[in-house]
Amino acid sequence: MRHRPNYLAGFGSLIWLFLVGLPLYVMLTATLRTQSDYSTSGPLSFPTHLTLQNYLDDFSNGFGRDFLNTIVVTLSVVAIVLLVVPPLAYAIVRSRHRTMSTVFRIFLLGLAIPAQAVIVPMFYVISKAGLYDNLLGIILPTAAFCLPICTLILTGAMRDITPDLYEAMAVDGASPARVFRQLVVPLSKGGLSTIVVFAALQAWNGFLFPLVLTQSDSTRVITLGLFNFQTEHGVDVPALLSAVLLSMLPILVVYLFARRALVRGLMGVGGK
Amino acid sequence: MTSLTATLAAAVERRRAVRSGVGATRPGLAWAVPATLFFTLFAIVPLVLVAVLSFTGWNGIGSPQWTGLANWTALWHDPVMLKSLWLSALLTTLGVVVQTPISILLGVWAAGHQRNRAVLLAIYFVPLLLSATAVSVLWRALLDPNFGIPSEAGWLFGDGNLLGTQSGSIGVLAFVGAWQWTPLHTLIYQGGARAVPQVLYQAAAIDGAGTVRQFFHITLPQLRNTIITSMVLMVVGGLTTFDTVLILTQGGPGTDTTISAYYMYQQGFLSFDFGGASAIALVLVVIATLVSLVMVRLTGYDKMNSTAEGL
Repeated sequence: MRHRPNYLAGFGSLIWLFLVGLPLYVMLTATLRTQSDYSTSGPLSFPTHLTLQNYLDDFSNGFGRDFLNTIVVTLSVVAIVLLVVPPLAYAIVRSRHRTMSTVFRIFLLGLAIPAQAVIVPMFYVISKAGLYDNLLGIILPTAAFCLPICTLILTGAMRDITPDLYEAMAVDGASPARVFRQLVVPLSKGGLSTIVVFAALQAWNGFLFPLVLTQSDSTRVITLGLFNFQTEHGVDVPALLSAVLLSMLPILVVYLFARRALVRGLMGVGGK
Repeated sequence: MTSLTATLAAAVERRRAVRSGVGATRPGLAWAVPATLFFTLFAIVPLVLVAVLSFTGWNGIGSPQWTGLANWTALWHDPVMLKSLWLSALLTTLGVVVQTPISILLGVWAAGHQRNRAVLLAIYFVPLLLSATAVSVLWRALLDPNFGIPSEAGWLFGDGNLLGTQSGSIGVLAFVGAWQWTPLHTLIYQGGARAVPQVLYQAAAIDGAGTVRQFFHITLPQLRNTIITSMVLMVVGGLTTFDTVLILTQGGPGTDTTISAYYMYQQGFLSFDFGGASAIALVLVVIATLVSLVMVRLTGYDKMNSTAEGL
């Protein structure tokens, strides 16, 4: 509708393109060259001959195992979230029980608890439970800290189901379990895919809980692998950056094929 | 006559079925129990424990010992703690001041539907696909004084050791934070800008208002709620920044970028003073809760029914 192009914003967006594009260019080219080539010709030059050795090095450094651990953690966190959140959201939206508003308030309060604030007691609880340095010790807290936002997203989606539909099923004499299965779950698919993506992102990118709750190589997840690699062999920039690139590949795939769901899951970061 | 009574009777029957059915089809409390128990165990209990632990001495091995107010008195007199609060506030403010104008501008620009924008936007959003850890590791490598970008652009970076001074380190942290989070806020503003009714622009155009006036008199006021939402995210995100500091600066040089969240980690997991770390954690919780409550009041977020609003 506007007749004149927005020059200022257009100019700003070009600067931003440069700020985003340059690091991505350096990362991409660095992963395809040898360490000595990177050190001598500098990060901005174009690589003279290409190599995939860096990626192979990552795998011989245990990246494959980190990757598998992260997949296990991510799938488990998503499974837990899918198991407990939909019934909870259904109860919050439909139940007339008096304590339900208290329950909802507990989860809203949970939105304000930063994971950083509880790492010390979490370390205590997980150690006492014998789960220190165990993948389960990462999975349980990570899933718990996904719950408030996932609940908020899903109750929002479920509130959009019109009361007429519930009444129609009530006429049929359907039990809550049947209403849940045949009405609530099918009609809140959008919300469900958002919480799956959100929980998966939290688990895949999670760093703090793995950092303080695990220590051995056998339980290392990708983010911790990147951190360790950086502290131990930070000079091998090409291998480091190829690990960074590998760590984002699964998310990139989701981005390419389910952009909308991913973006909604990302926005879930703010509980909106 | 008989058919009429039969119809009436059937209608009454149906209404009774609906009325009794409504009660029967509502889920009971049991549906909420698994999630609530799980959440209580792994979020609420630790939150209570953090308060308890803040009155104890614990080195991570053995059992915590009751020490009363010792941690709190120590914290009260700890200059690093006070400094860390200032640094947290500074970095959070910097984040808001830097990211808000850029993301409003980019978001409003991105709200257009032209094809070339879609391609550019796909590139803009790539930082969102990287974890905070990956972003920090990437920039740590890029900003390396010997092998990174500063070594090739001495005219811009001087000796290139950006992380060697306090102002340099804070600048790097603010920049990397903006690099990581601006795309998200751009997305939020894009959604907000697309929701502004086009009629307003048409009316303004008829009245002869130019792009700049339209921006300040229509777009910005219409984005009010979006701005608040985005700022809440920036403030909460800024206060809890941790990965970036740990990987880029380790709180240094000295304690010059030791923000509260990092100071807590350092006291607990590097100095093994878990009691003192709990006290810092509790301060963080109180501040985060207060900020969230104020923001929630400002936005009326607690009264909101649909999450679709504002996206």
